[in-house]
Amino acid sequence: MTSGLLLQAAVSGILLGGVYGLVASGLTLIFGVLRIINFAHGAVMMLGMYASYWLFVWAGIDPYASILITAPLFFAIGVGIEKVIIEPNRGAAEHNQLLLTLGLALFLENLALVLWQGDFRTLRVPYAGASFVIGEALVELPRLIAAAGAVLMTLGLFGFLRTTDVGKAIRALAEEPEGAMLVGIDVARIRSVAFGIGSACVAVAGALVTPFFYVAPDVGETFNIMAFVVVVLGGMGNFVGALAGGFIVGLAESLGAAILPGSLKQLVVFFLFVLVLLFRPQGLFGGARGR
Amino acid sequence: MAARAAAVVALGALVAAPPLLPKYFLEVLISVLFFAYLGASWNVLGGYAGQFSFGHAAFFGIGAYTSTLLFLRTGLTPWLGMLAGGGLAAAFGLLAGYLSFRYGLKGPYFSLVTLAFAEMLRVVAVNTKAVGSSLGLVVPTAHPAPHLFLFAGKLPYYYIILAMALGALAVTWVVERSRLGYALAAVRENEDAAEAAGVDALGVKLRAMAISSFLTALGGTFYAQYFAYIDPGITFGPTVSIQGLLPAIVGGAGTVLGPLLGSFVLTPVSELTRALLRGRAGADVMLYGLVLVLVISFLPQGLMGFIRGRRAGGARP
Amino acid sequence: MTTLLEVHGLTKRFGGLQAVGALDLRVAAGEIVGLIGPNGAGKTTVFHLIAGFHAPTAGAIRFKGASVVGLKPHAICRRGLARTFQIVQPFAALSTLDNVMVGALNRAGDVAAARRSALEIVEFVGLGAKSRLPARSLTLSDRKRLEMARGLATGPELLLLDEVMSGLNPTEIDEIIGLIRRIHARGVSLLIIEHVMQAIMALSDRLVVLHHGEKLAEGAPAEVARDRRVIEAYLGEEGEPRDAAGRGPRGPGRAIREEEA
Repeated sequence: MTSGLLLQAAVSGILLGGVYGLVASGLTLIFGVLRIINFAHGAVMMLGMYASYWLFVWAGIDPYASILITAPLFFAIGVGIEKVIIEPNRGAAEHNQLLLTLGLALFLENLALVLWQGDFRTLRVPYAGASFVIGEALVELPRLIAAAGAVLMTLGLFGFLRTTDVGKAIRALAEEPEGAMLVGIDVARIRSVAFGIGSACVAVAGALVTPFFYVAPDVGETFNIMAFVVVVLGGMGNFVGALAGGFIVGLAESLGAAILPGSLKQLVVFFLFVLVLLFRPQGLFGGARGR
Repeated sequence: MAARAAAVVALGALVAAPPLLPKYFLEVLISVLFFAYLGASWNVLGGYAGQFSFGHAAFFGIGAYTSTLLFLRTGLTPWLGMLAGGGLAAAFGLLAGYLSFRYGLKGPYFSLVTLAFAEMLRVVAVNTKAVGSSLGLVVPTAHPAPHLFLFAGKLPYYYIILAMALGALAVTWVVERSRLGYALAAVRENEDAAEAAGVDALGVKLRAMAISSFLTALGGTFYAQYFAYIDPGITFGPTVSIQGLLPAIVGGAGTVLGPLLGSFVLTPVSELTRALLRGRAGADVMLYGLVLVLVISFLPQGLMGFIRGRRAGGARP
Repeated sequence: MTTLLEVHGLTKRFGGLQAVGALDLRVAAGEIVGLIGPNGAGKTTVFHLIAGFHAPTAGAIRFKGASVVGLKPHAICRRGLARTFQIVQPFAALSTLDNVMVGALNRAGDVAAARRSALEIVEFVGLGAKSRLPARSLTLSDRKRLEMARGLATGPELLLLDEVMSGLNPTEIDEIIGLIRRIHARGVSLLIIEHVMQAIMALSDRLVVLHHGEKLAEGAPAEVARDRRVIEAYLGEEGEPRDAAGRGPRGPGRAIREEEA
């Protein structure tokens, strides 16, 4: 275990962690506003990845450019899902709402499987191999761009929530649902918007990773689990927590990969997950709701 | 009375008809009863105790691997290995349950932690050579030996799973009427009020967990002996967790017949889908997803809830 | 008279906020003790502490001579101390009878015995006709009876009642007063939180007044009603006697004034 390997692991971990942070931000936004744990979050990311993939294969659109198309597209899709599936079931028991998003996840993942089969696809952009060196660590350009893009988007989301009217309405609804209704906020619309934004975020995250991550129907599951861990670690509804948590989880995962053989790195992440759930369910940074 | 007569007829059909059925139908019927069994096992913790586990694959896998490893490495008959697997699964369930309930995990948080536990076991299995890692384990079926839970032909397996399914329903029925059943209903409805009424919520949930995990593990052994092959993905993966809870949800969680009804509806439809969309992997699970969304949206109490709603009253869930 | 419940120096702090401060309280066997005080005085918190739902920051709670601090609520219930909740908490999907059976199973040897015991209690509280109805279909007044029935079914020596009369009309209040008296006649001691002044005055042997989490006064209802500090605590700024719910001089204030005269 050389310091070089550790540094490499740390760098990869932090870079991927940035993406985890973006995925988690979408999830935590949805939780903060709708108070549901969206099991279908990873599936939407997977669809976003496929969208970027097909745009590249059919129209030669660079995945980063595809964001201009997929972000609004998946915003609309998210709004649609919220209005058609989630909103009508708002009064349902909590465990039923959970099953609802689980059912949606199963449906979307397997729809992708039926349509496009389970083959791993990779998107080969010309700059995929570009890299440079920091110390003893190799930094691949696409990963760096992904991390930078993710952090930028998360900060942009943060700014949006702070400064725009819609953003403030979202925060109001997250903090005080009845108060928000009383001051005349169209809460149903805001819920749809929040879900739409969460979905757009995750589609952007998907576009950002396609240059270096395989595209397949089950890829969403990986990010889904990671996003849950990050959100629980960072605190449900806490954005700073999502970003910071993303880095922590990314780091833990990749250090785990460096130290443990095979796929045991996943144990590190799950272990962290279970520990936080048991002993600090409000997250390291405190969330909108503890338990 | 009509219901009772119908039940007797149905039971009679389940017992007498199979030898006459073509092989494919028998296979589907075995699947139906298998998922009904898994659903009923899950139901004790999920439906009756109200703790929605998304990680029951953990117990399924423990059952499957324990009996199979004991059989392969020591020659112990899976009939006994099954009980060992059940015991081990119950122990794991009690540990996981104690940690979760003691630290107050409820609702979605409990679901997430059970998912994590199952995944952890899967990752360990994948990375452990001694249990076959990703390659899994094969149960040698060349020589039928009833005392070793190995049979030629499907019919014996059918009767075994029929007995198991009926047994699981019987266990559920007994629990529902017992003090444990009342305590579980109370905890499910309102844990604080239950405590105030003298119900030891933690103890009661753990009891449900022990029963549920034990039964689920037995299902794992059956799977291993019937399909003769297990691997971490099949046994510890989220698919079996979901396939276990779906019949109970669709049929009506917290009811005795729910899982049976749910499986009778879901399984043939998924088989049909698989047959129609020949070779298209994932079509049946896609259907599960759709059904789940539809059932939650339109029949949140499942089929049993719908049936009971038609006949007025019905205070006990 | 044997002491059933003894609370000494009970204190509860939530972060920087003190909800209950150095409270001493005693309930003897056979007594009905009323716990009153303006809203936010900490009364329900005291119940939570006694019944084991919150852990005290400091102080002792002894029931039948043994400390119950640190025990889980179900264990305290088993020892003979039951409680109702301020906002009723029925097992909504269960029938009235099944609700009460859960409590009865506390003492009964088996389900059949629990059912017999529950039936008797359901009749006793006046819900006999509704025993098979799901609890969620009961009116508020009936839910309050159900809550009391369930607590009674656990076979308590001391029953804690938390504002069972809130939200009820005068007829219903009278009925509940009668029910409480009948419960007392069965040999159950009572510690009652209540805002409806006529009721608590009429029922209690002794009143304890809580204000800002601390005991303000204690004594026979008549004395307490005359106590200047109690009147001031309830008065607020306008000088008009109001009850804790903020209602005007019709009800409770009048009761206090009449006592003065």
